[in-house]
Amino acid sequence: MWVRASMTYRVSFWMMTVAGFVIGALDFIGIWILFHTIDSMGGFSLREVAFLYGATGIGLAFADMFVGRIERLGQMIRMGDLDTMMVRPVPLLAQVCSNEFALRRLSRILLCTIVTGWASLYVEWTPMRLLVMAGMLTGGAAIFCSIFVMLACIQFLTADGVEFANAFTYGGNTITQYPLAIFPGEVVKALTFVLPLAFVNWYPALFILGRDDPFGMPQWFQFLSLVVGAAMLWLTTFVWRFGVRHYRSTGS
Amino acid sequence: MSLIEVRELGRTFTVRKKAGRLRRTSHDVEAVRDLSFSIDAGEMVGYIGPNGAGKSTTIKMLTGILVPSSGSISVAGLDPSRRRTELARRIGVVFGQRTTLWWDLPLRDSFDLLQKIYRTDPARHRENLDEFLELLDLHDLLDTPVRQLSLGQRMRGDIVAALLHDPEILYLDEPTIGLDVISKGRLREFLRALNERRGTTLLLTTHDLQDIEALCDRVIVIDHGTAVFDVSLAGLHQRGGSRRTLVVDLVDEAPPIAIDGAEVVRVEGPRQWLAFPTEASAAPIVAAVAAAYDVADLSLREPDIEDVIRTIYAGAGRMSP
Repeated sequence: MWVRASMTYRVSFWMMTVAGFVIGALDFIGIWILFHTIDSMGGFSLREVAFLYGATGIGLAFADMFVGRIERLGQMIRMGDLDTMMVRPVPLLAQVCSNEFALRRLSRILLCTIVTGWASLYVEWTPMRLLVMAGMLTGGAAIFCSIFVMLACIQFLTADGVEFANAFTYGGNTITQYPLAIFPGEVVKALTFVLPLAFVNWYPALFILGRDDPFGMPQWFQFLSLVVGAAMLWLTTFVWRFGVRHYRSTGS
Repeated sequence: MSLIEVRELGRTFTVRKKAGRLRRTSHDVEAVRDLSFSIDAGEMVGYIGPNGAGKSTTIKMLTGILVPSSGSISVAGLDPSRRRTELARRIGVVFGQRTTLWWDLPLRDSFDLLQKIYRTDPARHRENLDEFLELLDLHDLLDTPVRQLSLGQRMRGDIVAALLHDPEILYLDEPTIGLDVISKGRLREFLRALNERRGTTLLLTTHDLQDIEALCDRVIVIDHGTAVFDVSLAGLHQRGGSRRTLVVDLVDEAPPIAIDGAEVVRVEGPRQWLAFPTEASAAPIVAAVAAAYDVADLSLREPDIEDVIRTIYAGAGRMSP
């Protein structure tokens, strides 16, 4: 009985992993096919777009792996699991996120690493560019983590906010898969100052790829990913604490 | 200073209701208001009240799960909602209606995990575990996944889980709900022993008044979010105006017995029921009856706590708007 239960689980795990890989790959193949009819997207070549695609994908996948379980916060609240976690001597956020460790994003990390790796072959690497790359991936994951957690906090106030949150995380991922050059300046400004997704890949990638900023934003923005990521995480702690203090529990 | 101090505690919930297609009205519900009490270390306190009186809300504020809207709480010198994680080491919580154990894991693994979460000293952990498993007769069930346990077994498992880190205070929210008589009895025995041996402070909410009678030296009755009574168990009987009953079987049928300090409440052939206040001694009444009548048999009935509570609720209902 036990063995069978875990076997089914294992099979479904592999199926999920493979499916995730295929879906992700199809996603990228879509862009690739697009490049058969166009030569550049907003002035960016296929390799450059692949670099952007991979970078944001890695950021999101790592964030999803670390804090992705938080999208089930609403369910934990309804089931009363959160009450149980709150009376244990471990930080609540850590418990919520580790409730079920999500390896499901492994396939996505793998895929995005392959895509980024391929695109990186054509980058002229310098120590500074490698440094910016490291900052980009860490900062990107931090930014996505923050957005995941902050938006999940809505669930402390209203039970359903998952779809709303997904619009920003997965939606944000989709937007940043493309060079922001194809969007109007207002969108780019919003993605810089309001929801700083442009720091997940766009600004650092401009530096790594040696491109000029088509919107003429200050060049030092390109080194800010890690700082923005840290600032977002700091802000997140306040939002989370606010959420917990407004938790209403369930009547039992 | 007492172990638990609650001062003028209040908690309001804003409830939104749909009114019409788009409009929503909201109004505040006071789940708890102006609640004050204090509990000393080593006390066993029953916390009772009708459904929706604010019992669970209070427990949630005492454990730090909910933030009070007004008033103050101090548990073991800490403000629960601000220092929840720190307080967690010093309290144990048992929610009767849900488990804190891991559904798919055997009890043994759940207990091991708790040792890691609480970073309990391994030797101490083993010592506690052995003692509790013995007392609650759980040894044979250690390898059974929690989802396969019966309600009573699971509850015992939950209680062990809540106690492995040597908490000073144990909160029990409806611990005997749904249990059979034997399980209830065993659980009560265990809790009493726990309090005697370790001096653990117990606060339990329950609907089963037998729990209260078996365990608590003190009872706090809450209704409409505020404490109606905070008395010893004996005091509760007094407040409820409850009376003991002497059942007298006379040799022959007789008119109602007339003696001072007791009144006849029921007559059924040769059997008569005499009620008298709880604080009065039964001896003079028995003597008076025996002197005046030919008595075949006598029996004494203690007041039924359910009646007492019912009287109190009815009274409380009149007091509040």
